[in-house]
Amino acid sequence: MEAAIALTIGIVFGSGVWLVLRPRTFQVITGLLLMSYAVNLFIFVMGRLWIDQPPLTLAPGTPDPMLHADPLSQALVLTAIVIGFATTALYLVMMIGARGLTGTDHVDAEEDDDE
Amino acid sequence: MLLPVLLILPFACSVIAACMPASARNREAWLAGVMSFAALLGVVSLFPRISAGEVVRYDAAWMPAYGLDFVLRIDGLAWLFMVLVLGIGLLVVLYARYYMSPEDPVPRFFSFLLAFMGAMLGIVMSGNLVQLVVFWELTSITSFLLIGYWHHRADARRGARMAFTVTASGGLCLFAGVIILGRIVGSYDLDVVIAAGERVREHALYFPALVLIVLGALTKSAQFPFHFWLPHAMAAPTPVSAYLHSATMVKAGIFLLMRLWPVLSGTEEWTWIVAGAGVCTLLIGSFAAIFQHDIKGLLAYSTISHLGLITVLLGIGTPLAMVAAIFHTVNHATFKASLFMAAGIIDHETGSRDMRILRGLGRSMPITATLAIVASAAMAGVPLLNGFLSKEMFFAETLLVGGDTNWWMSVAALVMGIFSVTYSLRFINVFFGRRQVELPRQPHEPPRWMRFPVELLVLLCLIVGVLPGFSVERILHSAVSSVLGAQTPDYDLAVWHGFNIPLLMSVAALVGGMLFYRLLRRRFNPDLRDNVPLIHRFSGAQAYENVMSGLSVSADFLLGLFGTTRLQPQILCMIAAMAAVIAVLGLPSSRHLADPFANLDPLFALLLAIGCICAVAAAWQAKYHRLAALALLGGTGIVVSVVFLWLSAPDLALTQLMVETVTTVLLLLGLRWLPPRITPRELAIEVPRRVWLRRSRDLLLAVLGGGLMAGMTYAVMQRPAIDTISDFFLLHAQSEGGGTNAVNVLLVDFRGFDTLGEITVLAAVALTVYALLRRFRPASESLTQPEQQTNPVDPAIRQTPDRQAASGYLMVPGVYLRLLLPFMLMFAAYFFLRGHNLPGGGFVAGLIFAVAVILQYMLSGAIWVEAHLNLRPFRWLGAGLIAACVTGLGAWVFGYPFLTSHALHLSLPVLGQLHLPSAFFFDLGVFAVVVGSTMLILIALAHQSIRSHRQPGKNADAEQNTQEAS
Repeated sequence: MEAAIALTIGIVFGSGVWLVLRPRTFQVITGLLLMSYAVNLFIFVMGRLWIDQPPLTLAPGTPDPMLHADPLSQALVLTAIVIGFATTALYLVMMIGARGLTGTDHVDAEEDDDE
Repeated sequence: MLLPVLLILPFACSVIAACMPASARNREAWLAGVMSFAALLGVVSLFPRISAGEVVRYDAAWMPAYGLDFVLRIDGLAWLFMVLVLGIGLLVVLYARYYMSPEDPVPRFFSFLLAFMGAMLGIVMSGNLVQLVVFWELTSITSFLLIGYWHHRADARRGARMAFTVTASGGLCLFAGVIILGRIVGSYDLDVVIAAGERVREHALYFPALVLIVLGALTKSAQFPFHFWLPHAMAAPTPVSAYLHSATMVKAGIFLLMRLWPVLSGTEEWTWIVAGAGVCTLLIGSFAAIFQHDIKGLLAYSTISHLGLITVLLGIGTPLAMVAAIFHTVNHATFKASLFMAAGIIDHETGSRDMRILRGLGRSMPITATLAIVASAAMAGVPLLNGFLSKEMFFAETLLVGGDTNWWMSVAALVMGIFSVTYSLRFINVFFGRRQVELPRQPHEPPRWMRFPVELLVLLCLIVGVLPGFSVERILHSAVSSVLGAQTPDYDLAVWHGFNIPLLMSVAALVGGMLFYRLLRRRFNPDLRDNVPLIHRFSGAQAYENVMSGLSVSADFLLGLFGTTRLQPQILCMIAAMAAVIAVLGLPSSRHLADPFANLDPLFALLLAIGCICAVAAAWQAKYHRLAALALLGGTGIVVSVVFLWLSAPDLALTQLMVETVTTVLLLLGLRWLPPRITPRELAIEVPRRVWLRRSRDLLLAVLGGGLMAGMTYAVMQRPAIDTISDFFLLHAQSEGGGTNAVNVLLVDFRGFDTLGEITVLAAVALTVYALLRRFRPASESLTQPEQQTNPVDPAIRQTPDRQAASGYLMVPGVYLRLLLPFMLMFAAYFFLRGHNLPGGGFVAGLIFAVAVILQYMLSGAIWVEAHLNLRPFRWLGAGLIAACVTGLGAWVFGYPFLTSHALHLSLPVLGQLHLPSAFFFDLGVFAVVVGSTMLILIALAHQSIRSHRQPGKNADAEQNTQEAS
């Protein structure tokens, strides 16, 4: 289970790394999104894997922390997801703005680079 | 209560003056004058208490955890300096009223001047060393602004920069020194530090503390080798020079040395460093002053030498020397301020300050001439003037400390006395003789009130000089005894002490100075020399410029070596560095590899496999098939969402799902503005070898990065979870947060302050996106309608987009979604309301709400939606932030810290029992900000497509008509 999750995080992250190293803005933004999936998952699993034990303390009385998933990593990731959307929007606007200003979608505006 | 008022008043008036209109020269001067006068009265009213030996104190808690209090204290020394700062400040304000021309931005001048005055008062009143350093740096900043007041002039900018660099670096040294001193003593409170003098001097860290603190004082007081900034600061308006260089700025260093004299002095190191710097300074300053052509330059160097004199006295370290130092500080402030003002009058009324062309001014401005001559006589140390008294004390002290054998200090003192007579003569020479050159303006007497400050100060010089016992004795005594305490010596301020060696030295200096001046006129006429003989090669200013240009050249060199403006190398470096960090930190711990795929559900494995395949495929397709890559990206996103759900994180799953939706819409809106790209295979282009190499490198890095990330994740998960604060949140979510959903309670209650910060960032990003899009200029080939929308195969191209939505193929789904809108909003409300106890909350609900509205935009078109729904994203943003802040501030009303939550139990008539935590309103704010920012971003982006259809010069109606006609 742990190995499968770790492998998934690695593959998604690696795909993101490959993309952010590409020269076209759309590739970079896609890469950033993939990397943020991987990183969000990574932070999330730092609270370990729990199945069918959501952090809802519905039962009366003092809750037992051993029976509930870690709420801290979940809260961190929740805000990270929302901020991730905002930064994606910012990057997108910069991307289309740069394309309008430089006439190219190369991140360094070098059209002669055939990569 | 008087003390904090005295401190705050100048700063408050500074703000008021800054807000006044530029033409209100009189009003600003009145404001500054009345404020200085009132503060001066307040300070003077304290004198009976101060002279009785009382220390007036005001304490306020600042950082109690670190033992730092905000302390204001006035003792005799501080009182004396406050009178100087406020009294001379008042006169400078009056003078500046007439000096400043109506074209100058006067509000700025008075604002800076008052802020500077406040900072100076802060230094002298500080009863805490750290606080003193804060005000110290504040004087550096405000004096920078004052010196650079005429910022259109290059010399003003240069002088201001130089003064700031030198004094602020000294301030940093002082800060370090003060921290060492505080560590030695164990407290930063001035009274405690002063009482611990013995312990400090014996401590191993005494020497570094001494050097650092003295560096701060020497840079501020323009002592050798840092004296070079002061002449360049003369580019300031003359009232500023009169203020900064007589009574305030440069005296701050002297003040600090006096203040810490009981702690630091009395050792050999102290005497060598302080007195050594002072002797060099007084000789260099007085010698260089003789050879200046600019009156202000002469006064600047003379200031340097007089400060050197005071520094020597402090360095000597005997109690009587301290008396002389304080006395000379006061005397120097009075005569130097009046001389600077006289120089300003000459400049103002003749248009020149060049002593080579100014002659015979005594005829055209007799009163000013008389005043200036008396003041310079005080500067030269002529009997019956105040300068004579303190200078004689100086001579006596140098004799005393040198004794019979070590006479070099007495010689230096005598030489300095001779030089100061010489430069005083050179200065008053402008009033005698006959004018040979036509001056820019016909000289005449200044306005009555412009001369008044000079008159008053010269009168003070005379009174102190003739009747010292009557005029200053008590003030001086209270200042001296506040520094020296039990060591206060007996001294006599009488004019006549009988025939003795100091008197002989004074006479020798006067006669020698006159002879030296005649000699200079005959042999080396200073008017004909362009530089200072002997020492002009050792220019501190040149060394400063060399250091500065060296710094900027090496910074440029390093930037060229290590910096780049290109994104690709930066990303490459970041990724490589990150991989290296993981490799170093993460891998050594991953030894344990027992049965890695235990209890893996096949369905879950399939799910993960789909996510991985989607990610790899997206990476593969992102260059030539953007839409496909986007769809694949969404696939990975959905898988991530399901993984969250599977692993007991329903809140995350919901949020991820909604964010996935809006992100996809966002990227779809962006696709339209990107250039079309055709694969090289279709164009039959060979991919060069270089590119293949690059790709191989990137692939290697990607595999490496991914592998390391996987390894690190696995390594961490193999270890048992450590105890974190998470248990606290679970245990107290219900009992103290009033909700069973620990994640939501954590976000809106326990860590509400973080969430407040986060929604602020969200709002800021949304506004930034909006602002960037307002200036958006698309590439010219993206301006026309996209190829896909003009393909004749599609029958829909015969209709405009809004008609497609109203009556075309989009009508049915549009109507259907319109029907669904209330249900979707209901869902949002549902998820919002249950959020505190079950999965949901402001973030999720806001996203659902935004998606509901965006769907309407997609199917009915922006024009239709905006005609029927009045959405104002800005108001959502503003209302949300206000709701969150007000909820936080509400806790203050009840005397709790910001964002303390409270749960309210209400019994309402129809609804029955209602549990209403204050976090509910905070969550409402989160909800509104998420709705507002999401809609603002997406709608702003969507509007670009509508905008670009418009041809320039035509309005929207005309455009619709032409489209319909075609």
